[in-house]
Amino acid sequence: MATTFILNGKTATLDADPNMPLLWAIREVAGLHGTKFGCGMALCGACTVHVDGQAIRSCVMPLSAVAGRGVTTIEGLQSQQAKAVQAAWIELQVPQCGYCQSGQVMSATALLEKNSAPTDADIDGAMSGNICRCATYSRIRAAIHTAAQSVKA
Amino acid sequence: MSTPIPVPAKPSRRAFLKSAGTVSVMALTVGFEWAGIGRARAAAIAAAPAGGALFTPSAFLRIGADNSVTVIAKHVEMGQGAYTGIATVVAEELDADWAKVRVESAPADASRYANTAFGKIQGTGGSSAMANSWTQLREAGGKARAMLLSAAAKNWRVPVSELTVEKGVVLHAGSRRQATFGSLVRTAASLPVPETVQLKDPKDFKLIGHQAPRVDVPAKCDGTAQFTLDVELPGMLVALLKRPPLFGATVKSFDAAAATAVPGVVKVVQVPRGVAVVAKSFWAAKQGREALKVEWDDTNAEKRSSAALMEEYRHLADQPALSARKEGDAAPAIKGAANKLSASYEFPYLAHAPMEPLDAVVKLDAKSCEIWAGDQFQTIDQANAAQTAGLNPQQVIIHTLYAGGSFGRRANPGSDYIVEAVSIAKAYGADGTPIKLQWTREDDLHGGLYRPMYFHKLEAGLDANGRLTGWRHVIVGQSIVGGTAFAGLIKDGVDGTSVEGAANIAYAIPNIDVELSTTKTGVPVLWWRVVGSSHTTFAVETFIDEVAHAAGADAFAFRQKLLEHHPRMKAVLELAAEKAGWSKDPLPKGKGRGIAVAEAFKTYVAQVAEVTVGEDGHVSVDRVVCAVDCGTPINPDVIAAQMEGGIGFGLGAALYGAITLKDGRVEQDNFNSYRVLRMNEMPKVEVHIVPSTEAPTGVGEPGVAPVGPAVANAIFAATGKRHHVFPFTKAGAV
Repeated sequence: MATTFILNGKTATLDADPNMPLLWAIREVAGLHGTKFGCGMALCGACTVHVDGQAIRSCVMPLSAVAGRGVTTIEGLQSQQAKAVQAAWIELQVPQCGYCQSGQVMSATALLEKNSAPTDADIDGAMSGNICRCATYSRIRAAIHTAAQSVKA
Repeated sequence: MSTPIPVPAKPSRRAFLKSAGTVSVMALTVGFEWAGIGRARAAAIAAAPAGGALFTPSAFLRIGADNSVTVIAKHVEMGQGAYTGIATVVAEELDADWAKVRVESAPADASRYANTAFGKIQGTGGSSAMANSWTQLREAGGKARAMLLSAAAKNWRVPVSELTVEKGVVLHAGSRRQATFGSLVRTAASLPVPETVQLKDPKDFKLIGHQAPRVDVPAKCDGTAQFTLDVELPGMLVALLKRPPLFGATVKSFDAAAATAVPGVVKVVQVPRGVAVVAKSFWAAKQGREALKVEWDDTNAEKRSSAALMEEYRHLADQPALSARKEGDAAPAIKGAANKLSASYEFPYLAHAPMEPLDAVVKLDAKSCEIWAGDQFQTIDQANAAQTAGLNPQQVIIHTLYAGGSFGRRANPGSDYIVEAVSIAKAYGADGTPIKLQWTREDDLHGGLYRPMYFHKLEAGLDANGRLTGWRHVIVGQSIVGGTAFAGLIKDGVDGTSVEGAANIAYAIPNIDVELSTTKTGVPVLWWRVVGSSHTTFAVETFIDEVAHAAGADAFAFRQKLLEHHPRMKAVLELAAEKAGWSKDPLPKGKGRGIAVAEAFKTYVAQVAEVTVGEDGHVSVDRVVCAVDCGTPINPDVIAAQMEGGIGFGLGAALYGAITLKDGRVEQDNFNSYRVLRMNEMPKVEVHIVPSTEAPTGVGEPGVAPVGPAVANAIFAATGKRHHVFPFTKAGAV
């Protein structure tokens, strides 16, 4: 059965089990590999994508739930906030192993798209669902502040 | 981040993805001295990108006519910054243009790429990547530079002594001529490799000791970095393995009917470790595995609970044990002491839980076994894969990809995940079909190879003047290396990985007795980031804190006095205390400050933690000040990142980490029950690096060791309560 939705700005029709988690539809059917598998239970955030601008965990969202909606993955990031986040990530040398960072970038971008000047508490609220076992958290926090500043400038 | 250095071009996808279009260029070879194995010939890298002449002066780099400098990394990049460190050292001696430097993973070949700290084994671990390759890579860069200079001298008919090199360009000031490395590769490739080379004076370093941006960062910010999860080969299938719920159980029988009925499931095969479902997609394999019915034979399985094991360990601590260190006679010294102290500590099993669950892609046929993995132990994995497949190790090709974390997990003597993948490919038919074995998070937490559980018992004696006169430390737990290819690390029955950080305690104490009682259980164990010091440092550094308190001394000053003969350890202790503003004055109510110091893998680290303990007992760690002496700092920003990350990793374990067993069954399933540190719990971290020209030592692990005890000592300062049981949550404090 096919599900049609907007994937990174383009109409996509994926012929897959409608119960298949969006994560695996994106990775194995659409062939976009930037979104990662970490826990399969919405506990770690490695699979974070945007659905209609909201950061969601694609490992627990069935493909059928995005029918007709807009899905953005790390490959489709285009907003000013997203570019600022990625530039800040490089400037502050955030990643170590890098595996969780697609999800971190997606969560940080969704935060900045709604809140142009997040406080530390806002960052805790938006980012605590994204685990980084390398514990790059201090740099993620600093990079979000840097990105917010650069969007404002 | 001080010195700005241009960000290098994004490293291209691994060569394997385009290997069909490569040519083989044998340029020239150079010999290298490898510790333990004498002089070996290093062959040229065989596969190189098509297009243009190449200069391949050693196994560690090649320079293209397009001026590209490709450094060959023999160590896996698993987050620790090895690719950047390796490239920095080569580029420094080569005087390369950092913007032109890219890194490629070395093939599995111990004859060229052995870790000199491991002997003849290619692999990464023990925070040794930079330490073991420092001289090797400096010489590789220096010899290549010398040959490029000779090539320019030959072309221009001028003496080498009149030439200089700046960012990949050879200059002759007298005639104002200049030539890029790329323009010299043809001539250079025809020249002999020098026997020796003059290495740079450290004062002339331009990259080493300065901030060079990591070569892997850009691709890790836009989703293009290639992990094993992302490998996709034509016709590839995905396998999930159903493993026994108890360690040591085996398959009695299975019914694959429901599993094979799941659309997308191709085959169900039995392998030594369980029953695998091979399917066209992860989702199909997962549904197939859920539908699969397996009956297990539990006859030889471990059925004990971790609480029962700990009870056994507690009794063993009072039984005779093997000596790991004995100086003077601790027992009578403590018995006759004016003030006697004792404490016992409990440490749980811990899972590594790297963000990328274990995975490996295997393409097996009758003559070869090709493996794609975030491989940390190439030579061991080659041998184990070969044995499983019935091939020679030379027939096993390993493509080492970025590892999505490891913390020791991907370096295991039994190569568990690699052997599983090869055994599935073999059972599937060894017909060349690529198969990706994917572990889930539940597989990871249930899968064993944990940091062992330990029980520690410590006793100390103080004389009437508050001087420490006797120290006795008994450790009870499983051996990590026993029964493996690394059993050579066991000396006189004592596994060095069980007692490191305790047997080599740096404090000057006249009577020291460190003993080990090695246990056996059916739970598979493995080294976990910082290995022995993940538990020994906690016991030593919290107990010395208790001793200092009993002596009426300041926790910092007491340690400082006992480290008079240990200048590097003392220096980091003093630096951390100074930067943290250590003082004898107590902090406001509810706040506390604690200090701890460790030596791990020849790196010295001290940390001061500041905590706030709420009325309800909730602990928040506000700040950690870290001082580190790792010899010559190759990349200060990477060192800082490893300290920050090590602190977060160690703090998560101290506060929350535990794998427990109930009747042999692991009680944790996912990140809801195996809690790790999250953003809101990360303290502010400051890192201070001791300037040094000593040979570099490792930074991937040592930062983990002191954070637990520093925090525990800070909690004591705030509350007067000591923590003896890991994690602190078990003691009801967080």
